[in-house]
Amino acid sequence: MKDAVLERVVIDDPKAGIFRVNRRAFTEPEYLELEKARVFSRCWIYVGHESEVPAPGDFRSRRVAGRPIILVRGDDGEVRVLLNTCTHRGALVCRQPKGNARTFQCPYHAWTFNSQGELIGVPGESSYSPAFDRKQFALGRPARTDSYRGFVFMCLDRTAPELSEYLAGAVEYLDLVCDQSETGMRISEGSQAYSVRANWKLLVENSIDGYHGLPTHQRYFAFLADSGVDLRGGLETSHQKALDLGNGHAVIEYLSPFGRPIARWVPTFGELAKARIEEKHRRLEERFGPERAFRISQTARNLLIFPNLIINDIMAVTVRTFFPVTPDYMEVNAWNLGPAEEDIEDSTLRLDNFLTFLGPGGFATPDDVEMLESCQRGFANREVEWSDISRGMTREHPSISDELQIRTFWRRWHDLLVGPHVRRSRKAA
Amino acid sequence: MHINELPGRSEVEDFLYREAALLDEWRLEEWLTLLTDDASYQVPSTDSPQGDPRTTLFLIADDAVRIRSRVKQLLGKSAWAENPPSRTRRLISNVRILGAEGANILVTANFAVYRMRYEQVDSYIGHYEYKLVRVGADLRIRERRAILDNECLRPQGKISFIL
Repeated sequence: MKDAVLERVVIDDPKAGIFRVNRRAFTEPEYLELEKARVFSRCWIYVGHESEVPAPGDFRSRRVAGRPIILVRGDDGEVRVLLNTCTHRGALVCRQPKGNARTFQCPYHAWTFNSQGELIGVPGESSYSPAFDRKQFALGRPARTDSYRGFVFMCLDRTAPELSEYLAGAVEYLDLVCDQSETGMRISEGSQAYSVRANWKLLVENSIDGYHGLPTHQRYFAFLADSGVDLRGGLETSHQKALDLGNGHAVIEYLSPFGRPIARWVPTFGELAKARIEEKHRRLEERFGPERAFRISQTARNLLIFPNLIINDIMAVTVRTFFPVTPDYMEVNAWNLGPAEEDIEDSTLRLDNFLTFLGPGGFATPDDVEMLESCQRGFANREVEWSDISRGMTREHPSISDELQIRTFWRRWHDLLVGPHVRRSRKAA
Repeated sequence: MHINELPGRSEVEDFLYREAALLDEWRLEEWLTLLTDDASYQVPSTDSPQGDPRTTLFLIADDAVRIRSRVKQLLGKSAWAENPPSRTRRLISNVRILGAEGANILVTANFAVYRMRYEQVDSYIGHYEYKLVRVGADLRIRERRAILDNECLRPQGKISFIL
């Protein structure tokens, strides 16, 4: 692709308040190839949560950035990411989605690896020359692996910054989510594995888009109103903000219109739950003081960790990640995250609240999926070249229904695609 | 319930076929009349088909209030995922009456549900686990669990109609 074409795929003119994305970015295979090389192979990518592998030998095998990997807690207690391909001839050494194993044995020629990825068994090893060294045949690892408060990331670029530096301002928001728990957050069993017939960047936009809420999710808000939830507070402006958190990460934060298991009671939770929710709020005040307790419990946040991790701390906490397969098709995985100390009553309430809105059978997500697929079909009108993302651009304090958070994503995406030399020259200009 | 009081298979089949027809024809208000007042409708996640909805994330875990709301939404205009509505066609087979559990009649049946929308056909394959009860001369659904064999919802993407 010509550099000049790539440079003009995003038009960003803050003075004039113009921000446009050329729709080729959603439809053309050459952009996907660039994204694979310059976004997914360079950024820190979410792999899973430490709570998914609580005991030594516990593993989960999954695809991350197109690679089959194993998230495993070794017999030394350390959580690792191993590349799931035999170093001999390539077969998957782990073919179960989850379990507990002391070793991974390749079924093809029976090479055996321990839970730390070291090669510990080769049938007929004496047939190899003296140059054969088991140490060189340990299972592959991503260039970097690190975690923050249980969230495990990998990075395929050895020269990338440390994870803590990469996360930048997103750390404050991850802390707000994790501080709900006194003992640590946990991913519950059961994942929602689905797909959307649309470009992956449409789901990035949608996941942090405050503008679409009322029109797209009319039926969800009608359900809430029918259940006796007072929705007036949701539009109050004093507690809402949209922020660029650095490195492409962004967040919207707002007074929650929905009930929150930690800790905002609404009538749908039932009278019996009221005292428990109030007690949770009281504990937060004890631990953090009234101001932070209010923020943790009464405000909601939709957080993007660039490029493809969404942590939406809304009526429940969903962890959602997705990868492009083709320009017009993505695979999505979503989980429920909650405090590990929750008892069955708490978890019932949390999961119920999750399902009212979220997931492929919820009262909201299917309509999002419908809209994204609708956009993708609309892009076939190639004569209409641009999407507009300029809302609130000249405002000093953008609201959550403005599009600053979405522009934040696109600016970082564009910087990574055009490369640092263009970024430098644009800054100099 | 005594074993002699269990309904015969043909009565259960007639009931399930009628339910399938009401759903395929989007006669959802009529479908609601097949449910008890305390009915539940569940679709477990594809990776935890035998999970407990109190501790495991499901795809759908509706109590009676949410089932009624779901129907109201689907018959309204702003359930965009089903407006315009999908065409669906359900094939129900291998109906078995497994026994009784208190007043509940335990029934299982296989399903293949096809959804047609925007010139694409998506298939949902699995089995139902029903808890039916006898109300007067009729059967009613107290619990309806649709367990998918699909390993994930790809490329179906969503369960926006009643499965």
